[in-house]
Amino acid sequence: MTDLAWIEAALTAARPRALGALVRYFRELDLAEEAFQNACLKALETWPQNGPPRDPASWLIMVARNTAIDAVRRRSKQTELPDEEELARPDGEDLADRLDNSHYRDDVLRLLFICCHPELPATQQIALALRLISGLTVSQIARSFLVSEAAMEQRITRAKKVVASANVPFETPDAVERMERLGVVAAMIYLVFSEGYSTSSAQPERAHLCDEAVRLGRLLLRLFPDEPELMGLLALMLLQHSRTPARFDADGEIVLLDDQDRTRWNRTMISEGLALIDKAMRHRAPGQYQVQAAIAALHARADHPGETDWEQIDLLYATLERIQPSPVVTLNRAVAVSKVHGPEAALAMVEPLADKLDSYFHFHGLRGALLEQLGRAREAAKAFDQAIALATSPAEAAHIRMHLDKLQLANKSTKTDVGSRRGRSSSGKGDKPA
Amino acid sequence: MLYAILCYDNEAVTSSWSKEKDDEVMANLGAVLEKVDATGRLGPVARLLPTSAATTIRKGKEPIVMDGPFAETKEQLLGFYVVECASLDEALDTAKQLAAASGSAGAFEIRPLGYFNAFGLKAK
Repeated sequence: MTDLAWIEAALTAARPRALGALVRYFRELDLAEEAFQNACLKALETWPQNGPPRDPASWLIMVARNTAIDAVRRRSKQTELPDEEELARPDGEDLADRLDNSHYRDDVLRLLFICCHPELPATQQIALALRLISGLTVSQIARSFLVSEAAMEQRITRAKKVVASANVPFETPDAVERMERLGVVAAMIYLVFSEGYSTSSAQPERAHLCDEAVRLGRLLLRLFPDEPELMGLLALMLLQHSRTPARFDADGEIVLLDDQDRTRWNRTMISEGLALIDKAMRHRAPGQYQVQAAIAALHARADHPGETDWEQIDLLYATLERIQPSPVVTLNRAVAVSKVHGPEAALAMVEPLADKLDSYFHFHGLRGALLEQLGRAREAAKAFDQAIALATSPAEAAHIRMHLDKLQLANKSTKTDVGSRRGRSSSGKGDKPA
Repeated sequence: MLYAILCYDNEAVTSSWSKEKDDEVMANLGAVLEKVDATGRLGPVARLLPTSAATTIRKGKEPIVMDGPFAETKEQLLGFYVVECASLDEALDTAKQLAAASGSAGAFEIRPLGYFNAFGLKAK
């Protein structure tokens, strides 16, 4: 089955390892990329007739190096080039194997790490990673970011320049350095995911980024199989992504978590996510991704919103507050607290966040809902008004409008002079990353 | 006589398939399975989730649990069990019981299933 789709999948799969190895040899991104492209063209020429090689990545590394030798000769930057006699030997696959397997993990990690250069803004890190590691075309990436191809081309070229002038260490990293790189790379992969996930309406081009991030997460975990945070990261992405089929209504507008048709959640992704989080928890070394994944897992295990284990979610958010303190985490915890201990306790947690979260939609939405539950209608209406002004999607707006209408109805039964609030909108909690 | 047909391929490649490609492959396979099933010869069919979700138990007096798939090439696949489990811990527990009962060396790889269909074949 050497059809074109198979070859394309094989080239995509081999890309991180092959390009990672080539970057190590040539210590130059452009040259490595060019060599890899040439090797891919050769593969498209020869594989359909000869059948695919057993190890596509090694084949590509060998061919790429051979085709780049001339170019390298003309430059003086090369280091550690294997001698030509060896390169010319016919049993190329074995040689590439011998040379590369020991470095494989660190090559791929380095390639990912290169994309995470601290001088690059997040969007450029993501774009570069999608180009280099995922092998998406510039036009595909441009579509994901809803910008023109020319603009994206420019962005990637600029990012590559920054990376080229950076001093990326090519030596094999020690254990500490490796852990640091893993942390940085995990964050970047989650950024790719969030970029695809945090849309307020259905955009298939962007949802594609979620698939890509999951693929990168699996790649990384296969290389570092006993890192609980990598299991947590992959579990988190799978559990969130499992909701994608239910996250948007027929008009493409976002559906809030409580209102989603849970029978449409992707069960395969949930199974994989749950298995991974179980695996991670056995290590008893909690980290931010694991805790967030554990929270997402509790949502995934509930067939109905009413079956959600809020007590456990409260405990997990408390853990997350310790690991990664942030007002947004506390706000999320307050939702769980309101379900377990009631609105008063939750409001006490929420009020002190006013300074930091004043421009945050969910802060006012939740505050309004808690005040409403406590029967403080006038304050609730004020909070909802503030929320409406900050709503970022029609679903958020509609949700708040529903609250306001309810308040208005309650008000009407006591007074008669209520003005219309139609046309207003706002909300409670959206389906954000857990 | 019952035969098991075991499926091997490069996971990095198959997981790089587009959803369309994956659906197409599954539909093609499904068409074959349907015919086999119609003759009453088809038993359980399963698709395993990726090896990144695997855990391995090395048998022994104190079984050792390791992350990742079974990677040794010196041992051969001898059989498999499909067990309904509420959690990985329950699966590990079951595997440990089996390990203790078998008394031999070797390992169990514990892998969640992404698809399972028991079909109609009855064991004779």
